[in-house]
Amino acid sequence: MARPLTLLRSAAVLPLALLAGCDMVVMNPMGDVALQQRNLVIFATALMLLIVIPVIALVGIFAWKYRASNQDAAYDPDWDHSTALELVIWSAPLLIVICLGAVTWTGTHLLDPYRPIERIAKHRPVASGVKPLEVQVVALDWKWLFIYPEYGFATVNELAAPVDRPIRFRLTSSSVMNAFYVPTLAGMIYTMPSMETKLHAVINKQGDYAGFSANYSGAGFSGMRFRFYGMDDRGFADWVARNKAGQGALNRATYLQLEKPSEKVPVMRFASADPGLFDAVVNQCVRPGTTCMNQMMRRDAGDPAAMKTMPGMAAKPQPHSPLTGGDAGEAPPKNPRDIQQRSNASPSNPTTM
Amino acid sequence: MQTVTSPALSPIFGRFTIESLPLHEPIVVGTFAMVAFGGVVLLAVITKFKLWGYLWTEWFTSVDHKKIGIMYMILGIVMLLRGFSDAIMMRLQQAMAFGGSEGYLNAHHYDQVFTAHGVIMIFFVAMPIVTGLMNYIVPLQIGARDVSFPFLNNFSFWMTAGGAVIIMMSLFVGEFAQTGWLAMPPLSGIAASPGVGVDYYIWALQVAGVGTLLSGVNLIATIVKMRAPGMTMMKMPVFCWTALCTNVLIVAAFPVLTAVLALLSLDRYVDTAFFTNTLGGNPMMYVNLIWIWGHPEVYILILPMFGVFSEVVSTFSGKRLFGYTSMIYATLVITILAYLVWLHHFFTMGSGASVNSFFGITTMIISIPTGAKIFNWLFTMYRGRVRFELPMMWAIAFMITFTLGGMTGVLLAVPPADFVLHNSLFLVAHFHNVIIGGVLFGAFAAINYWWPKAFGFKLDTVWGKRSFWLWVSGFYFAFMPLYVLGLMGVTRRLRTFDDPSFQIWFIIAGFGALLIALGIAAMLIQFAVSIRDREKLRDVTGDPWNGRTLEWATSSPPPDYNFAFTPVVHDNDAWADMKLRGYERPVTGYRDIHMPSNTGAGVILAGLSVGIGVGMIWYVWWLVAVSFFALVAVAIGHSFNYARDFHIPAATVTVTEEKRTAALAGAAL
Repeated sequence: MARPLTLLRSAAVLPLALLAGCDMVVMNPMGDVALQQRNLVIFATALMLLIVIPVIALVGIFAWKYRASNQDAAYDPDWDHSTALELVIWSAPLLIVICLGAVTWTGTHLLDPYRPIERIAKHRPVASGVKPLEVQVVALDWKWLFIYPEYGFATVNELAAPVDRPIRFRLTSSSVMNAFYVPTLAGMIYTMPSMETKLHAVINKQGDYAGFSANYSGAGFSGMRFRFYGMDDRGFADWVARNKAGQGALNRATYLQLEKPSEKVPVMRFASADPGLFDAVVNQCVRPGTTCMNQMMRRDAGDPAAMKTMPGMAAKPQPHSPLTGGDAGEAPPKNPRDIQQRSNASPSNPTTM
Repeated sequence: MQTVTSPALSPIFGRFTIESLPLHEPIVVGTFAMVAFGGVVLLAVITKFKLWGYLWTEWFTSVDHKKIGIMYMILGIVMLLRGFSDAIMMRLQQAMAFGGSEGYLNAHHYDQVFTAHGVIMIFFVAMPIVTGLMNYIVPLQIGARDVSFPFLNNFSFWMTAGGAVIIMMSLFVGEFAQTGWLAMPPLSGIAASPGVGVDYYIWALQVAGVGTLLSGVNLIATIVKMRAPGMTMMKMPVFCWTALCTNVLIVAAFPVLTAVLALLSLDRYVDTAFFTNTLGGNPMMYVNLIWIWGHPEVYILILPMFGVFSEVVSTFSGKRLFGYTSMIYATLVITILAYLVWLHHFFTMGSGASVNSFFGITTMIISIPTGAKIFNWLFTMYRGRVRFELPMMWAIAFMITFTLGGMTGVLLAVPPADFVLHNSLFLVAHFHNVIIGGVLFGAFAAINYWWPKAFGFKLDTVWGKRSFWLWVSGFYFAFMPLYVLGLMGVTRRLRTFDDPSFQIWFIIAGFGALLIALGIAAMLIQFAVSIRDREKLRDVTGDPWNGRTLEWATSSPPPDYNFAFTPVVHDNDAWADMKLRGYERPVTGYRDIHMPSNTGAGVILAGLSVGIGVGMIWYVWWLVAVSFFALVAVAIGHSFNYARDFHIPAATVTVTEEKRTAALAGAAL
């Protein structure tokens, strides 16, 4: 048994030494939402260890004590039932699950990403009248677009927020699914084309943090990273001014250029941003002449008001099938290979195999 | 963005051109050269020793559940080598790609590697091993001569093998999917993945899925209808119970997979809009459907292994299984709950808090029966005489490893915790912790436990122990660092990294993967050494472990007909009961035994299915049409084959059984 013991010992010591040196951002976040999530991780783990540690210990103890060579130990080959023991076996995990289930129910509701936050830190409720900072997030192939409607500018691959001010993210995606994740700030939320998700969070400490896509989205996925800056009010005001002083406007035409696949894109700043752009992205109608999905759905539901706002609708009678009318947007190409394709090659590293 | 102009499809080759061969990827070309060389050598050896006839009549066309079971296991182990090569490649890439380095794999290659790794390990390693075990063991444990539908069994195996052929073909002809193992749209839709990769994925799984589903039907019928007299449901060995529940799960879940992949194919081939972003398509529908199959799938894999551990722990503790009844109910509860938890795979996709809580709590509830099972094994050891043979060593490693993996699983079931851990390497570590620690350790316990039954000699323990320690320590070295990386905020499927502090952990994980590689090598050596030393390791009793269930009542390997006389069962652990009551093996009065005949129809049908799949993948429509009509014709033709059974004459049975009588007498001296 010498070899396994040595292995165990080295396996135990080496990680401890390493753990001391590494920054476990999930265990040590700087945002209150992520902190509460971390607390739940710790609580749930501790609760389960109450049963896991005894079980693992008993495996070792029983295996050793009742080894075949130990003829002194009791041997009872027909003993296969004990109602009292069975009761313990089933009720011990049940009690833990009841406890964990209760915490889960409350925790899931309190930390629902769609729920506006009520505190910026422990014992520090959000002051009345504070309006959350809204950020509209669009996951593109393969970069992040952040639109700040309150200030009317937009950035690519750089996100910032003032410390202790609630942030309200509205998120979507242009072509495929991604997940928006700033570990220090809050848990992740998927960004999905034609759909909008929400996330509420707050950052409690100034700093430069990592953000990235947590859901695989194609060739450029690994480079889909951005920096997230927690700033004091002054720093944030400077940052806003810097963006506003930049050049370029994010309108539908520039968006359609930006939307095209590209990898490891450096930070970009747009001094102004089309206020209706985000909703157009969600509804798949940035391209001129396409019908927005929400209007299509309203029309399908028979809302007459929707008809007037659709191109060409006022003049025409409603077609029988909403999908075959001339207003249903551009028909997809007949041959699938004619569809605008994302490149599978990795242009940034042509030398690798 | 580039617009791919579509060259007119060749009427003969479809969309296949010479550029479809990955000649520009040296790694793939090198692999192909090695595989081709190995294949040619293998074919040459088979031809030289004139083994083709033997393989065809004795194995490929066999409807004997034992031979089919062994073929499934061989398929699983061969595919394990492929799936593991992918794992090593990923570990190497992730250990290298730091500080601006791109590593050695480009995105196109790397993304195929991680997709193929997942698909192969689940569908073509774990599934064949699980199905193979059930095929081999279940009829023996219930005292049956074969499964209910022996031809169907052969056909199922070849469909599974056909799926494996398709997926292996993608390595050298064209490409595999670059989508992750569940091929989620819109990424797997025609717009984002126009190549053949996703089509390879779809058709490999569709062809193999037919096999899985039919073998599920077959085993349910076998367990329900073919038990030996006296074996009521509650006297059935636990492994048979878990096999029954697994096959119920298969029959209920696999049609969902078939349907969802069919819808995805329609989107890709004929421009329907089930899962598209526009035109009313709904990718979330795919996510829901695939996980409604996908979550039961993990129980399909683990339940039979729970059965294996029940048999192993009881046998090697020399004791009846503690809490048989609660073990059965626990299995049933898991079977039902397996359908009520699928949403926990996507808490982070914006479901409401009540929905998330519901699925989180149902997930936690599964840990109650699972925990009860662990306790039952624990108290089976209590007051036992625990023999540390290889199967028992794997069982103990399982109990410790799986408990840890179960704990991190319950942690991930808490939605707010999942928000910070979903898609992270913590999650990757968790499911490898339960799949390696549960399914693979179970498979290794089973192989060491039942090998003597299948081949008549035990496996070598020296190399077995080397393999065990390498695998177990390799597992911990490979996956504990991933838990840490997950807590450092590292997510899955990344090809390159910025933060240099991650690298040391990836290097440790790579070292673990290397240990596992040595573990796999040690296991293959164990097989080779055991075959070489088979006379020394020979067991003539048919019961080398002092077993408790009926498979140990017959010879090793069992005769074609399994049991000369169908055993009569009076108690759980029927064989232990028979031994206790001084059972005497009957040595006269043999009768003719009715048996199913071998047939090549399964091989041919599966081959034609592969033809359909390959034709569909490459848009070679004539191949699809020819294969399809040939398939229908062969199926109809086979239904007119009335030479489907024969009798083993009593004289032959007598000769076989007298040999065993002599062998047993020899062993008793």
